Amino acid sequence: MGKTFAEKVLAKKSGQAEVVPGQIVIVEPEHLLTHDNTSAIIGKIGGEIKQYGVARPDMPIIVLDHVIPAVDEKTATNHFKIREYVKANKLPHFYDIGQGICHQVVVEKGLARPGDILVGSDSHTCMYGAVGAFCTGIDRTEAAALILMGKTWLRVPDTIKMTLTGTLQPGVTAKDLVLHIIGDIGADGANYQAVEFHGNIGALSIDDRLVIANMGIEMGAKIAVFPVDDKTRKWLAAAGLKESEYEAVWADPDAKYIRELTYDLSKIVPVVAAPHKVDNVKPVSELEGIPINQFLLGTCTNGRLSDLELAADILDGHKVAEGSRFLVLPASKEIYEAALDKGVIARLSRAGALVLPPGCGPCLGAHQGCLAPGEKCLSTSNRNFKGRMGCKDAEIYLASPATVAASAITGTLTDPRKVLSGVSK
Amino acid sequence: MRIWKYGDDINTDMLFPGKYTYTAATAEEIKPHLLEDLDAEFAGNVHEGDLLFAGKNFGCGSSREQPVVGLKAVGVQAIVAKGFARIFYRAAINQGLLLVECPEAVDAYKDGDEVKLDAKAGILEVAGKQYTFPKLPPEILAIRDAGGLLPYTMAKLQARK
Repeated sequence: MGKTFAEKVLAKKSGQAEVVPGQIVIVEPEHLLTHDNTSAIIGKIGGEIKQYGVARPDMPIIVLDHVIPAVDEKTATNHFKIREYVKANKLPHFYDIGQGICHQVVVEKGLARPGDILVGSDSHTCMYGAVGAFCTGIDRTEAAALILMGKTWLRVPDTIKMTLTGTLQPGVTAKDLVLHIIGDIGADGANYQAVEFHGNIGALSIDDRLVIANMGIEMGAKIAVFPVDDKTRKWLAAAGLKESEYEAVWADPDAKYIRELTYDLSKIVPVVAAPHKVDNVKPVSELEGIPINQFLLGTCTNGRLSDLELAADILDGHKVAEGSRFLVLPASKEIYEAALDKGVIARLSRAGALVLPPGCGPCLGAHQGCLAPGEKCLSTSNRNFKGRMGCKDAEIYLASPATVAASAITGTLTDPRKVLSGVSK
Repeated sequence: MRIWKYGDDINTDMLFPGKYTYTAATAEEIKPHLLEDLDAEFAGNVHEGDLLFAGKNFGCGSSREQPVVGLKAVGVQAIVAKGFARIFYRAAINQGLLLVECPEAVDAYKDGDEVKLDAKAGILEVAGKQYTFPKLPPEILAIRDAGGLLPYTMAKLQARK
């Protein structure tokens, strides 16, 4: 009988001929991602690291991105301790502040190879499924144990097969597609399960796939994975990974799925996830006119060059509405510099955007761009939970970069297709 | 023993706001902020032996172990829910906190019902009616029974020497 992607990877990595859903396997992940939380993680095992050392120094990837630059003595001390730990243990994969958001850095540096297992003490670790990796989130304690042991357990998941047909219409993006799917199956629609994307994958760019895989956790998925195709191979080559350096894995045509769903991309419309749940998804057209105080373009979901370019194209010839503020955070230094070279940053800035350094910024409410009670934010990020952006009495709406840019012009929630068709010009 | 009852999709931002994730690390620092944006009454009034009852997808969102660390530290016996998000589920195993996945018991429970929990036997009693809940596989149960993943790991490291 055929096997799913997850069954194949977990069998191979646990050294077994085959595995079945529900089975517990022991694996040695190629990489363990941690970020600013590295400080809390190593704080749990300081003595043991000294005594036993780091099990596999090439395993940890550490990226400082959540609260950067440090906002106070406490966060500065966290960063300091992490740098000392990296030096003392000679860890090769360390990226200091300003390099970008951890998940973007991992894929850009070619650290997420197709068929590899990566775990990270951050729920959006699932993003590298876009390039065919098996990757999932864990907690800080498990990260600490991994530093010492170099291995962990995983339960072989059941898999949902999602087949995509058609192509997206102008003004509609991968963000609208993934929000539509989450609205359809619910925030726990794929809990404990893997999600495989099949069908007209070629219609989606790697940036599109990264958006979709990133949001896998918002439907509860353990992994959300795409097959490796020519687009992936080309993208990985640009990231420095030769085809000979990885072994892509994909499901057999007769693999057994727990559920099969089909989505026609041509039927997707611009949508928002209204407060306070990511599966509270509605067409933008139903909520048009809601006044917005803050716009946010960025995060590990939608801070890539194509997102910034799309927003700049929509904002061209317009200004951010008076009384609103528009924050832009490129997802990485590489993206920031490409956007500088192409003039995208200048276009966004001249339209009224405030460009912040590459990092997580306002998304988690720890600093930068927090909201006041009663305020509303329209954001390209991945979570609209109560209190998420620092204030439990504020509201967050999630949307695509196109919807955020179009709405920034009017200061109210606006269907981007209207701006693109010149209706509001 | 008090039962704290909540709804579906209780996310980790409600259980422990993100704004504290890089400032509060120890159990003592976490405790005052437990469930802060969900139930302002909770942190000041929770007692050892209390239980949480909740709907589906409990603990969804960020991979945030702080709520588990805090709930374990204040002595919550277990969380009974219709379902748990997977990272939260692992976090509970790793801290040695019992999660009881039992939709029938959550549906049956009414305010004031007497609740008894026999963790060893895997039986939850609500208003005199008994419900069983799935046990963890033995190799995973060993982690929880060791008091969590860190004590479990330390024991393995010492045995290796």
